Formats: sequence, C-alpha cells, structure tokens
Amino acid sequence: MKTTLSWLKVHLDTEAPAADIAERLIMLGHDVEGVEDRAAGLAGFVVARVVSAEPHPNADRLRVCVVDAGAGEVQVVCGAPNARTGMKGVFGPAGVRIPKTGTVLTASAIRGVASNGMLMSAAELALGDDHAGIIELPDDAAIGTSYASLVGLDDPVIDLKVTPNRADCLGVRGIARDLAASGIGRLKPLDATAVEGSFRSPIAIHIEDRVACPLFLGRHLRGLKNGPSPRWLRDRIEAIGLRPVSALVDITNLLTFDLNRPLHVFDAGKLAGDLTVRFARSGERILALNGREYTLDPDITAIADRNGVQSLGGVIGGEPTGVSEATAEVFVEAALFDRVRTAATGRRLEIVSDARYRFERGIDPAFVAPGLEIATRLILELCGGEPSDIVVAGAEPEWRRSYLLRPERMAALGGLHVPPAESCAILEALGCTVGEAARHDGSLTVSPPPWRGDIEGEADLVEEVLRVKGYDCIPVVALPRDSVVSRPAIDHRRRRVELARRTLAGRGLVEAVTFSFISSGAAALFGGDKPQLRVVNPISADLDAMRPSVLPGLVEAARRNADRGFPDVALFELGPLYRDDRPEGQANVAAGLRAGQVRPRDWREAARAPDLYDAKADALAALAAAGAPIENIQASADPPPWYHPGRAGRLRLGPTELGHFGELHPDILEAFEVKGPIAAFEAFIDAAPLPRAGRARPNLRLSVFQPVERDFAFIVDRDLPAETLLRAARGVDRKLVGEIRLFDVYEGKGLPEGRKSLAITVVLQPQEATLTDAEIEGFSKRLVTAVEKATGGALRG
Amino acid sequence: MEDIDPLRDDILREVREAGSPEVLEAIRVSALGRRGRLTLLMRGLGELGPEARRVAGAALNAAKDEIAASLAEASDRLHRAALANRLAGERADVTLPVLPGPPSGCDTGRIHPISQTIDEIIAIFGEMGFVVAEGPHIEDDFYNFTALNIPPDHPARQEHDTFYLPPRVDGSRLVLRTHTSPVQIRTMLAQPPPLRIIVPGRTFRADHDSTHSPMFHQVEGLVIDRTTHMGHLKGCLIEFCRAFFDVEDLPVRFRPSYFPFTEPSAEVDIGCSRAGGELKIGHGGANGPQDWLEILGSGMVHPQVLRNCGIDPAEYQGFAFGMGIERVAMLKYGIPDLRTFYDSDLRWLRHYGFLPLDIPSPVRGALSGGAAA
Repeated sequence: MKTTLSWLKVHLDTEAPAADIAERLIMLGHDVEGVEDRAAGLAGFVVARVVSAEPHPNADRLRVCVVDAGAGEVQVVCGAPNARTGMKGVFGPAGVRIPKTGTVLTASAIRGVASNGMLMSAAELALGDDHAGIIELPDDAAIGTSYASLVGLDDPVIDLKVTPNRADCLGVRGIARDLAASGIGRLKPLDATAVEGSFRSPIAIHIEDRVACPLFLGRHLRGLKNGPSPRWLRDRIEAIGLRPVSALVDITNLLTFDLNRPLHVFDAGKLAGDLTVRFARSGERILALNGREYTLDPDITAIADRNGVQSLGGVIGGEPTGVSEATAEVFVEAALFDRVRTAATGRRLEIVSDARYRFERGIDPAFVAPGLEIATRLILELCGGEPSDIVVAGAEPEWRRSYLLRPERMAALGGLHVPPAESCAILEALGCTVGEAARHDGSLTVSPPPWRGDIEGEADLVEEVLRVKGYDCIPVVALPRDSVVSRPAIDHRRRRVELARRTLAGRGLVEAVTFSFISSGAAALFGGDKPQLRVVNPISADLDAMRPSVLPGLVEAARRNADRGFPDVALFELGPLYRDDRPEGQANVAAGLRAGQVRPRDWREAARAPDLYDAKADALAALAAAGAPIENIQASADPPPWYHPGRAGRLRLGPTELGHFGELHPDILEAFEVKGPIAAFEAFIDAAPLPRAGRARPNLRLSVFQPVERDFAFIVDRDLPAETLLRAARGVDRKLVGEIRLFDVYEGKGLPEGRKSLAITVVLQPQEATLTDAEIEGFSKRLVTAVEKATGGALRG
Repeated sequence: MEDIDPLRDDILREVREAGSPEVLEAIRVSALGRRGRLTLLMRGLGELGPEARRVAGAALNAAKDEIAASLAEASDRLHRAALANRLAGERADVTLPVLPGPPSGCDTGRIHPISQTIDEIIAIFGEMGFVVAEGPHIEDDFYNFTALNIPPDHPARQEHDTFYLPPRVDGSRLVLRTHTSPVQIRTMLAQPPPLRIIVPGRTFRADHDSTHSPMFHQVEGLVIDRTTHMGHLKGCLIEFCRAFFDVEDLPVRFRPSYFPFTEPSAEVDIGCSRAGGELKIGHGGANGPQDWLEILGSGMVHPQVLRNCGIDPAEYQGFAFGMGIERVAMLKYGIPDLRTFYDSDLRWLRHYGFLPLDIPSPVRGALSGGAAA
C-alpha cells in the first residue's frame, strides 16, 4: 500500500515530516518498506526563462542562451533544437548533480563560449526517455521555484506493508485515522453529504443470493463527459504507481485507494436492462477489463444484464460495458461481496485485482452509501452530468457487537496498567463506541467501528490500546524460572541425536544439511517413491518425492564436490527420512559416506580408498552414541539393493534393524554419475533401544592378578564369517576370557585353495589366583576344540 | 542379389549365443564392419536396377537396424552378467570386527552451522526452563493452519506458499509444515499447562530464490501458564537476543504486527549499524542504532488457539514466538548467502562449520531490567 505525504494530509492535519510519520507507522504495526523522496535527485533545478537564444559563433548546432533563474542572468551553451527566446525551462546551475549521469555540473567554456549551467531535458533528469529537446514549462511557472515542487515531485511516497487483518488501512484514510489516534495529527472530517437525485434510475438491481452479495447500491448518471482527470488526481494516481486513464476510471481508483471503497462504473449506454447479482451459469463467458476471456462456473458471483454476465462481483469488470472516452452515461456500483466467495473466484480464475484484494480482506459494511455519494460528487465535479436517485438492493449486514475491556485484563495480558480513561480515549480515536460497563469497576463496553471487522474480543482491544500507546511503554519483566518444573532441556531421544551428530563429526565426517525432498527417480533407487510421499506441487521435478533415505542427497553432494575438484569426501547428515505420511513414518537417521581417499598421502602411511569396514565403524559409532549395545549387534551379508551385494551388510539387534553399511552398488554410482568406491552407512538412531533409566553403573571389580595373552590361528573355510569363530572362542569360559581381538586375516600362498587363516589374541583375566601353566594349557585345548567344532576349521600348525 | 533373411537370422543367432564382449565385437565386425557381410551386400546395391535397389536397400537397412539393436541389447546383457559375476566374486566378510576409532589420519569433521545455531538457541532457552519438543514435517492441514486460527479462506494462507502431499485415505489434507507452529498445537493437546517448549526443525515453503529456500529451519517457542504477559514476552526475548548475539547492550525493539495465532502480536527487531558497508549488530554509537533488523515474530497466544487445544483462556495464557534459524545464523556468523547452507560444499562447511567438541555452554541471561533499546 502506497500513499504520498500530501495525500495523507488530505485526511490528517499534521505538520510532522515524512520520516516521523514513517517511524510512527512502524510503531503502530504498519511496517514501512520505504519512503521514497522523489525530489532528492532534483535538488537545485529551478524554473528559468530564456531571455535570449542566439546562434553559437563557432558551432552550427549550438546556441548561446542567457537565462534568468531568479538570481540574475546566466549564460549557458545549449544544444537543444527547441531552445528559444522567451520560453521557460528547467535550469541546472553549476554545482548541481545531473540525475542521469551522477556527474556534477561545472562552469566551463564550450567551443570558446562560457557556459555556467545547463537547460535540462527530461532524460537528463531521469524522468523519462525524452532527450530530443529541453523541457518546456508553461508560461505561468514562477521563475526561481524548485522544479520538483512545480511538478509535485517534492511529495515523498510512503510504501507500507498492511497486515492481512487491517483491511481498513488499504485506504489512505484508514492510515490517517491510525496516525491521528497515536497523536501525530488530527483526523479531518470527511464530507459524504448525500447528493439529491433528479430522476429515477432506469436500471434496477436484483440480488439472488444475499450471502454472496448482501448489499448493492447503484446510481445512474447521465449527460456527462469523460476525459482526462485534472492534475491533482493524475498526480495522486501516478504517485502510487498507477496509470491515469480517464476521469471515471481514476475516480474509481481514487475511491479504492483513498477510502478502501472499490466501485465499478458501467457504461450505462451499453447495458441492456436491469442488473442481477446471481451465480454464473456453467460455461458463461466474460471478456474482462484485463483483456482476457474467462469461462465461468456456478460458484462465481456474477453481475448480469439481459445479455449475460457483465462483471464479476468484487473481482473485475467486463470489457464490453466498461467506460471509454465516449461514455456519456454511467451506472455506478457500490456493493458488498462475500469475502470467501471473492477469494475463491479470484483463485479459480487467477485474477489479482485491487478490488479482490480488498473484498477478501473485508470492506466497511456501513460505508457503501457514503462511498457512492462521494463518488457521485467527484463525477459531477469532473465530468458534469445529472444524477439519479440511488437504487438499493439488499440491506446493510449487522456488524454491531461489543466486548468488555477490564482494566485488570489490560495489565494481566498486556503487562501494562492503563487508566480506563486513557484506554477509552484511544479506542474512541480508533472509531470505537465506548461506554462504562454496568459493573462500575472501570471496565469498558467497547463497540468496534464497522471498518474494524478484525476486532473480535478483549485480547484485540488490549492490543489496540497497547499498539497506539506504543509497545515501548510495556515494562520489561524477566521470565521467572520457578513457574515450571525443572527438567533437562533435551530428553534422551533428542540428546542421543546430538551425541551421534558430534560423534560422527569427531570421526572426521563433515555435517551436511540436504533437502527432505529429492527426485522421485532417486527415491525409487533407494527403496522409496511411494505415491503418498510425492509432493503434489514440487518446486522442481528434481524435488518431487519425500526422501526414503538420506543417502541420495549425500551422493549428490559427493558428486558436486568431486566436480569442483575435491573428490576426497567424508560427509554425514543427521536428519529425517520418510517411510510413510504418518508422524510415525518419519525417523531420525544418521547417514554418511566416504569417497576418494580416506586421508591424504603421508610419509608414514599410504593413502587408502574407503571400504565397507570404514562404513561399518562409522555406523557402529553412531549407534553406540545413540546408546545401542553394540557388542550385541549382528552384521549380516544381506544389504538393501542400493549397496554392493558382496561388500555391504545390515546391522540388527535381535529382530530390530538398526542400519546398513558398505560400498554403494555400481548401478547407483552410475546413476549419480559419481566415481567409486563410496563407502556409505545408514544408522537408525530412533530404532535403537533407549538406555535403561538410572545412572548407576555395575559394581567394578578390579582383579589383582596379571592378565595373560595367548595367540591362536585357525585355518577355516574362506566364506566362514569371522563372527562364528569369535563367538565360539568367547563361549569357552566367559569368566576367564577378558577380551578377544582378531588381528590377522590371511588368504593365499601357503594355504589350501578356498581356505583362510584367522588369528586372534585371547586375553585371560584370572579373578581368584594367578594362572598356572597347566590351567593355561587346559584353556587353550578347550578353546581349540570349541573353535574347530564350531567352524569346521583347524588350528594352524 | 541373394536373399538376406537367412544371413540376418544367422547373425542374430550368433549374437544371441555370444558369451563374451570379445565374441560380440567379432560378430559386429563380421556383420557390420568395413568388410562385413552386410556391408558388402550394401555395396552390391549399386549394381542393381532402380526398383530392385529400392526394395533390397530397404530390406538391408531394416536388417542392419535389427542387428544393431540386438547387438546393443546383447552388450547390455553381457555387461550386466559381467557385473553380476564380478560382484559375486567380490565378497567381503561383513562380520569382521572393526576398531572403534576414526580412520587414522583423517581430517577433523565439522558441525553444520544450522545444527550449531540450534544448539546455541537450546542452550539459552534451556536455562530459562524451556524443553525441546519436536513434531512431524508431513503435517495435517488442521495442525498447520486451522487449529492456529487460520481457516481455509484466510488471506494469511496465501502468504504461506504451501507444499501439498496427496490427501490421506480419510480425506484429510496433508501439507509439508510451513512453520514449526503446529508443534504448539500438538504439545498443548498432549500436555496440560504449565508449558515451556522450544521447537527447532525443518520447515517448507514453495519459494526458491536468492533469499528463499524451499526448505529452511525455524525455532518456535511457547510459554503457557497463568500469569505470563507481554512484559515477560519482552523480557524473555530481549534476554535471548542479547545472549545469542553476545551483545550486552543490544537494542531490541518490539512493534505491533499480525499473526492469526497471537493477539497481541509483535515483531522483534535488533539494532545494527552499517558503517562502512559492514553490518554490525548492536548499538551504532551514541545516537542509538542506525538501523533495525527483523529477527522474530511473537505474541500472546490467541484465545481461540487455546480453546482449540482445550485450554480455557480465562485461566491460562502465555506467549509464542518463531524465528528463522538460517537468518540468525547468517547475521551472527556473517554468512552472506542462504543457498550455500544446503549445497554441501566441503570448503564452505569447513569454513563456516564448527569443531565437534565446540558444544555451546548454557548462557544465563543477565537481564538488567529497565527498558529495551
């Protein structure tokens, strides 16, 4: 919503400068997006008369002019073909800045003749494209006056953001009323005196649905002459970014932006019979004033004459019955249209209009007749003619209601004590009718004015008083700590997500945040792309499916980094995946990948490509941080299809799946156009069992006896899972065995085909007495027997 | 000219039976190569009369296309078989134990600025007695709009640029939540007052340009008890702003605004200066802040929203607020471009990211009392 300072002053008696008004508007809740001082660039340019214009002695196309700008005569050299003796133009003396180029004018000599300024073209002043000649001003322009004030550009434009609840401030008068209530000026009275009609309107109005259109007033005016608007009206319309068209059109725009009272003016000569407000019939068509044709349906509120639909109520008028320069008689419509229907029509037909914008936010139901009277007077004033009586259909809908405002509520909700008399004064200034409530405790009975449909209760009244007084008045109070039960800010579920996040970062992975939606093609490759998880209106085809896995976003990221010349990637994300559209279908997952080299070449250790064991270690670390008992997690060689079938696995705790790890499938690398191998993992943080309550650890028993280490190597089938061997070894003597480490896996020379050697260190920790050689020997035998039995292998000799 | 059908069938059979890419290549050369069987026939066309040439040429071309297609298909089949064969041979023992530490010598990882900023915000509000609550991203229209006093025809809906998902079987409309506010509703419906929650999380709006991302993060706050009023709202948010930006005398401005779910409503601005083209948060000097930056929306919870959640507004009241996490992170850490947050450029992540052990410590706000700004 835009207004100019002078337009505001039509309604507001104030001496405040634009900057103060803008500041006040902000503190009233109308965010000011800018105050444009259109005169700023025109400072110094004044009206001047060309006293004489003689040919330049040394140049055919130049003229030597003497100009009078009110402070003595000045000589300038001018190249414009229209510079001539006696004309008035715009003069820029030496020292002013030329708006177009930004350069400062200096006194100089042009082809040997002194030039102390410049006569300006519109283009040079950045006021248009016209650079064919200098600006010519009317004879009555006073010499020496500022050009900006002469053309009305010394009037700052204030651009403010009106919140959706404040329909009344979509008219300049509503803004003025708010400002007046805040004490920065006085609201001037508005003259809406009725104009006497001199004949009966030949056009009557019928309303078929009182919900769609509760009230419709119309007036016929004849014998008028439509033409260009006068200067004041054109200036106002132009200042807020509209194009002046003709007096009749400009008047409807004025009523819209000045008083938030959209009107429609039909060319009465083109109407056939009475007007009926009714629902459109399926397939009816209208050529609208925006030049486009629309096909209508029965949800749309139409205004029709005998020939069909001529206007869409509250949205847009029709081209065939619109006014033109030739219009000699009009029918002016001032009506109320339903907010919901207007919005629905606008959305359905994709029509954005100033009328729709206002009707869907709510129009003052008591300002239909006054608006029509004001419009009538303007038409008579600018176009002449003769008005009919007003024809009325429908009735003003009930808008009167009242609410109690208790002074203690003011303090309890608003945090500020406001004396009832002050609240009363503020609310009255806003147009409310205020009375003392029957309870005589200072409570007020407040009836909001008809233009404030947004006030719906006591809380709104508290806001109105606070808003006008200023939120700055509310004393700052520290939020007391003691009114809530003290609990940790984050519960276990959230905490373990945070722990997993920082654990993974500690493992050298860099955290990424990627979108929750990916392409449906990528979703399908990662076991997703369910129809109920497709975005109906995606921002692009690449982002049309809720992700079933975090990995696709990370693989994309790996590719982007590689394309930039950084192929060594270690990324993770801790975020949601979506299994279905229910809240339970969303789960936190830690996913990550490593590509390129795990670390750079170093003199102590060669560079190495990532493998499935890196991914497994990452996944287990995330799950350990999430509190999962990782010693009980089983890895199995049955990965989901986006992993390499032989170099990846699943992690399970009993029946619960906790994650996947391994190299990505070559098909995935190909689909994402990225180089492998990529070692990736997914750890389902939410699926890990929550740790048991209680913080006490089991009792720690520290043995006083030396531990003993023994190494064993077994030759087993190449495909035997190492876990089988380890489990057998652990089970030999759970009391005695402290730890088992697998330290070597060997295949090849010296071993039979299809066999491998697994070597382990077993740490024996006696609790009761130091182990004897015989005891160690006995344990070793039992271990070898148990392992050979479980694995079908043999101790390596 | 000899009949080409038997020749074509022979070649197609050879292709079908080819067991390796090498064999397939040999077939291709022998059929379509420079001296291939079909190629030679093509050359022979020149010796025919015009009509015969037309008929034989068409047949030859059709055969050539068919063979080429069959070769491509066989090549794909052999490629897949080779891949499957290769993968079958690449078997690793997934049960082998792994050492618990990170791979030796790898670089240090980083925490994303969004995560770090969320942790910082939680640390500050946690000290004030707030607890973290979370909610689903795929949200019911009811929680995202209707329960928040935004009925279907409300003009405020148009400002939300909502992403939709297909409706549920029961007809309820699903959206990607446009703000974190639905968690207010879920929490109030699930727990009795008093409440003090903050809700960090992902939010979605169908808008994509230099200052909007279709996915971004917000943090929501909600306080419900019997006595909390606008003065507390000011106190709480001033304390937050000063602690978060670590500027003790940071000017904070509250101005009226409109949100359907709060009444009264307030936007919160912090003071800044732009001396020398550099944005500095805080006092711009003796004359107060030069300029203001909007960072928060807030207000007293609307009575209708309380009623929608089964809470009696005559008994309970409180305030709510929401802010964009990327926005405050950009301001605090001088990150110039919103879009870079989601690009996963390692150089960016290492530059703007945080070390894993850089855990924000709780901040006890030193609210000195007195007026804001």
